[in-house]
Amino acid sequence: MAKGIRDKVAILGMGCARFGERWDKDEDQLMLEAYEEAMADAGIEASQIDAAWLGAAFDAQNIGPSGIPLAVALRLPDIGVTKVENYCASGTESFRGAVYAVASGACDIALAMGAEKLKDTGYGGLPVRTRGTTHDMVGITGSAPGNFAQLASAYRGVHGVGADDLKRAMAHVSVKSHANGAKNPKAHLQKAVTMEQVLNAPMIAEPLGLFDCCGVSDGAACAIVTTPEIARALGKTDIVTVKALQLATSNGWEMQAQGWNGSYFHTTRVAATRAYDEAGITDPRAQLSLIEVHDCFSVTELVTMEDLHISKEGEGWRDVLDGFYDADGSIPCQIDGGLKCFGHPIGASGLRMIYENYLQILGRAGERQRQDSPVFALSHNLGGMPNQNVSSIAIIGRADA
Amino acid sequence: MSDFGILSFGAYVPITRLQRSAIHATNGWFAGGLRGLAKGEKAVANWDEDSVTMAVEAARDALDGIDRATVQRVVIASTTLPFADRQNAGIVKEALNLPDAVGALDIAGSQRAATSALLAALGGGDTTLVTAAEITTPKPASEREMTSGDAAAAVLVGAGTPIATLAASHSVTVDFVDHFREAGEAHDYDWEARWVRDEGFARIMTPAIAALLKKAGVDAAAIDHFLVPVAVKGVPEMLAKKAGIGEGAVADTLAANLGHAGAAHALVMLAAALEKAKAGERILLASFGQGCDLLLFEVTGAIGSVKPRLGVSGWLARRIESTNYAKYLFHRGLLPLDRGMRAEHDSKTALTALWRNRKAVLGLVGGRCTKTGTVQFPKSEVSVNANDHAVGTQEDYPLAEVPAKVMTWTADALTYSPDPPSYYGNIDFVGGGRMMTEFTDFAAGALDVGADLRMMFRIKAYDENRGFRRYFWKAAPAF
Repeated sequence: MAKGIRDKVAILGMGCARFGERWDKDEDQLMLEAYEEAMADAGIEASQIDAAWLGAAFDAQNIGPSGIPLAVALRLPDIGVTKVENYCASGTESFRGAVYAVASGACDIALAMGAEKLKDTGYGGLPVRTRGTTHDMVGITGSAPGNFAQLASAYRGVHGVGADDLKRAMAHVSVKSHANGAKNPKAHLQKAVTMEQVLNAPMIAEPLGLFDCCGVSDGAACAIVTTPEIARALGKTDIVTVKALQLATSNGWEMQAQGWNGSYFHTTRVAATRAYDEAGITDPRAQLSLIEVHDCFSVTELVTMEDLHISKEGEGWRDVLDGFYDADGSIPCQIDGGLKCFGHPIGASGLRMIYENYLQILGRAGERQRQDSPVFALSHNLGGMPNQNVSSIAIIGRADA
Repeated sequence: MSDFGILSFGAYVPITRLQRSAIHATNGWFAGGLRGLAKGEKAVANWDEDSVTMAVEAARDALDGIDRATVQRVVIASTTLPFADRQNAGIVKEALNLPDAVGALDIAGSQRAATSALLAALGGGDTTLVTAAEITTPKPASEREMTSGDAAAAVLVGAGTPIATLAASHSVTVDFVDHFREAGEAHDYDWEARWVRDEGFARIMTPAIAALLKKAGVDAAAIDHFLVPVAVKGVPEMLAKKAGIGEGAVADTLAANLGHAGAAHALVMLAAALEKAKAGERILLASFGQGCDLLLFEVTGAIGSVKPRLGVSGWLARRIESTNYAKYLFHRGLLPLDRGMRAEHDSKTALTALWRNRKAVLGLVGGRCTKTGTVQFPKSEVSVNANDHAVGTQEDYPLAEVPAKVMTWTADALTYSPDPPSYYGNIDFVGGGRMMTEFTDFAAGALDVGADLRMMFRIKAYDENRGFRRYFWKAAPAF
């Protein structure tokens, strides 16, 4: 394997807009909200940014094509701005672009922005999307919950978990994230929910009820990255560096061959293994301080615990019920409320997760701050559907770890 | 005995049986006269079916165990063909994965379209697959709504070892307009039933039947199966009596449990008769419509050697009862429910891509790697085999007739479906191959991991902006 980028890039500043039904703002205003916080944190001027990346998924509904919307919204000084789209990993992809630019030495300072304005579609849930003229003739036009719900039927079949047990574990995921989100002023949903509410909610896609699904929100998040040396030169003393950035994309094996059993994400397993190698993590269950995973649906979070090699295969649901991933558990998962409470403005999510990990490592997470000084924090995104997807992992941590 | 005749037969009846009492429960306040017809059930096509998809199923039923390469010509007869200008028989041909070197013909315009098509096939020399299908959309609260049903049938005609041969035929053509439907319109306009019965069925068919029997030199009493595909009760018996055909020969018109399937009904009844017929028996098929077509068949000793996969009786046994008249109306476009913004999704089809991928899309032909044996859908240049991404090694591998099993599934209430929730998931074909597809014809609660499946040719999406319909294959419960 290549030697990787561990500790070559530092996060100079981050910002995050308040997520929610932002009827009051356009996408450029949301991006500015995140940008201004990030710039204040970084302590630099726009003229110091060498290049920028914009992560956004739904051209037709909001931001529009190319890097121009970001350049215009922030009035960037005619630098190179690239738009990236990789389904729900788009936010982490923009981060990857900026980080790689700095790691390569091509840029001293680069900006990553992720944004999405989903509430201008006129309805709940993600917009219906074409996957290309040929695919649309043979593929299904399902919804995101419908695609991910299939994890549950397969997981039950493969691991012999009863429908009620799995439903309870899934419900625990949502109850836990709502409890966390209630402490986060930037979250869309800031109310705790009970197990009964989750279990008795209307069905969206069997077996996912309303509270098994993340919200649909508007939002933006921003990161400014540089080298650790420049960060120090700019006066930063408490440095957070990028330990690993990995992306795995399905090649069609899950969807077309018969080796995959439908109960897990092949790409997450691959990306996680590579990311731990790159970050030098040998025992993620012992070494990770906290994680933000792509909890688009409760069942996704549950199987991801196994795909990240933290829970044993077929036993993630037990760890979940045991509170291993609760805010006061061994490895808090979605300590900020997750997609569950922030909603999932596609392009923004990856950066929003890194933002929380960044705050936690720096001890700046307020009421929800983890008190045991987090060292390594992982964020994870999934795009597409279980049988054909992209999976991204970003591990950040203390520079000295 | 001629070696040219009917080689095999099949049928198709949609799974849903709408209870006529449910129709009357809604419309009885307005059309009280329908009370007498509010008994039994009618077969109604699902939202994703049309005359083409039903003809495909009937053809598959007829071609079970038969080498499809023998088919030289494909015909579809219907007055409800989905396309006015795109060869409907051509779609049937692609769905059946027949070779390109076949002829094709659409026959329409009359209730006796199917018998006219069958007569033409019997008069020719080619091995011809004659399909007939009808999906009717009568006006709500009409008598026709009560009596009609949706169904299809198929007959393979050609040289070989026929199970029945044509002994004689007789046709009469007169412009007797008992009902009509303008091109492009959905609904029929009907004239008085008593006039149709007395001046139409009786006065036109009776002498024609006599002429046929005379031509054939067959005594009326020698008819074993008298098939009169008309919806009016008592007419077959009346015609039999006038002709001197024995009462016991009058065939069930399937009015009670299927309904009258328009132009397809003659072949549906013929398929039902062939299921029961014995060697040496005579079948008289009397089809009405601007005159009549009369076909007299003699059943050969080969009867029983070829059987449809299910036949009329098998399809009738596969049923889900429904009392949801509103759902039926919605699926026929007669009840404009608010479908929500998700239904606004544009389903434009790239005709270029459809042409390139026609075997995969219409024929469900996948690929099999000649090096590793890996089966996949769709076929691709580079194999999906995880251990050997062989390039350019794949041969065609038809999957439509391969049984499959449910690997994952969901019932999705969020995505737009005309029949919510939308059932879809990953399926594995027995022997290799996997795809994500929609499920159809499943009763609530019947779907689970490991369930056995059979692929069915269905409408995938309607492009309402351009009047196109996209076909693909869906997974139905095995049977």
